[in-house]
Amino acid sequence: MLGTRSEIFSSGGKQKMTSLDQQIIICRCEDLTLSDVRGLIEKGYRTLDELRRISRLGMGPCQGRTCRPLVQRELQAGGVPMKSQSIGVIRPPAMPITLGAIADGSEEGQKDA
Amino acid sequence: MRNSAEVVIIGGGVIGVAVAYHLAKQGCRDVLVLERDYLASGATGRCGAGVRQQWGTEMNLRMSIPSVKMFESMNHDLEYDGDIEFKQGGYLLLAYTEVGWEQFQKNVALQQQHGLGVRLCTPEEAKEIVPHLNTEGLVGATYNATDGHCNPFHVTDAYAKAARRLGVEIQTFTEVTAIRRSNGQIVGVETTRGPVATKTVVNAGGAWSGQLSAMAGVEIPVRPERHQILVTEPVAPMQGPMVMSFHHHLYCQQTPHGSFIMGLGDPSEVAGFNQRASWQFLEEMAQKITWLLPPLRGVRVVRQWSGLYEMTPDRTPILGGVSGVEGLFLATGFSGHGFMLAPMTGVLLAEAILGLPASLPIEKMDLGRFARGELFYEPSVV
Ligand SMILES: Cc1cc2nc3c(=O)[nH]c(=O)nc-3n(C[C@H](O)[C@H](O)[C@H](O)COP(=O)(O)OP(=O)(O)OC[C@H]3O[C@@H](n4cnc5c(N)ncnc54)[C@H](O)[C@@H]3O)c2cc1C
Ligand code: FES
Repeated sequence: MLGTRSEIFSSGGKQKMTSLDQQIIICRCEDLTLSDVRGLIEKGYRTLDELRRISRLGMGPCQGRTCRPLVQRELQAGGVPMKSQSIGVIRPPAMPITLGAIADGSEEGQKDA
Repeated sequence: MRNSAEVVIIGGGVIGVAVAYHLAKQGCRDVLVLERDYLASGATGRCGAGVRQQWGTEMNLRMSIPSVKMFESMNHDLEYDGDIEFKQGGYLLLAYTEVGWEQFQKNVALQQQHGLGVRLCTPEEAKEIVPHLNTEGLVGATYNATDGHCNPFHVTDAYAKAARRLGVEIQTFTEVTAIRRSNGQIVGVETTRGPVATKTVVNAGGAWSGQLSAMAGVEIPVRPERHQILVTEPVAPMQGPMVMSFHHHLYCQQTPHGSFIMGLGDPSEVAGFNQRASWQFLEEMAQKITWLLPPLRGVRVVRQWSGLYEMTPDRTPILGGVSGVEGLFLATGFSGHGFMLAPMTGVLLAEAILGLPASLPIEKMDLGRFARGELFYEPSVV
């Protein structure tokens, strides 16, 4: 997967990528660097929703709590003003929770009821 | 945005972009795709993206088998700069009742006639295929190794990029607000960014296709129905096939990325455009899946969401032209399995629009079948 990944993320190269950009992690859950994100924005993925769907950015266990503000800043730098940005939909659950805990919790809930 | 086009396609889901690509590939390049949000924002981007060929009607078999062939070579054929992540880990379908098992035996006989390497399995054989499966109450199973799933965003992206390279124009954040007819002929559409003149409109509006058809004065029996789904954190690879039980209305697969995706159909779901995620779904899903696949107890859910199935009365798509309205084509009503049928749908619609010889008798899947009473009945839908 890594081989094809670099193909998706490489931008035709208007904005010069530095090796530092390739080391700065923006989304640590899904392992995307600053240069990955800039490459995608240059390729025309210009909303958080589109970025999330093409690259899994913001879709990891923290659900974008860490990376979303950083990406919004990059979008702004890429010409998408902050006020026209949608924050995308924040979906439940609020915190990752095991299937076992959900299943057990609901059984107890039924007993209580 | 151009103000006229030979063909206007409404809907930027997998169906809209697949039809656009196949039109352009056949030489019809003056094509405009209109999507009111971003590409794959509808059911396509919310779906399980499972791809199976284990169907119970001849038509679905003749749609799904060649579609799989097209997924197999899609990265190459569409010259995609990414990867559609087609993983053929197989599908294991589970039967819990004698009636269900008899239906599976009929299905497998039909599927084998169509050349599918599918087989019937005892519960023990099923457990060999998915070792962490709880076989309690299981009567039997069927397994087909070449079924699998893709990344739906990348499939849509691949079609869209290939279509654009051939000259197709795709406009996102552009909503169609009216479809213009002059007597029996389509003459154009109105959009939030101005009118477009066209003699051919493709309705690829998914769950919203009923509203779109109504704009052209045509009533179609497509009912939106919410289906919920969740994804877990990625874990080490442990499950090759998709596991599906019609009895429990559930499916569960592990993606190449490592996360599990699972969904549940709710037979009591009422028709409507509600796309909220519910706590009840999370509970019921967790209970059923930790019973069926016990090691999943320890895996954490990171996200749940829902999307709309586009249901027809016989759970079979509505494809092709509409009698009495020249230039209106339908590609909708996939009843929860439109992702996997998108490649063949693209081929068939392009042929129908351009008047080319048809690869399949798609006239049988037209809107008129409901009035004629010539329905299909697909037994195998979650
Ligand atoms: C939870 C869930 C799980 C699923 N799992 C599977 C699966 O495993 N395998 C499978 O094959 N299928 C699955 N499906 C079904 C599959 O997602 C759909 O059949 C398929 O995506 C249909 O594609 P489409 O392009 O027709 O529809 P959509 O992707 O819904 O596209 C229609 C588009 O039309 C746009 N639109 C609507 N009205 C207008 C307008 N007025 N102007 C402009 N644009 C408009 C919408 O914004 C939308 O993007 C699942 C569906 C759901 C909800
Ligand atoms: S840091 Fe991006 S999803 Fe967690």
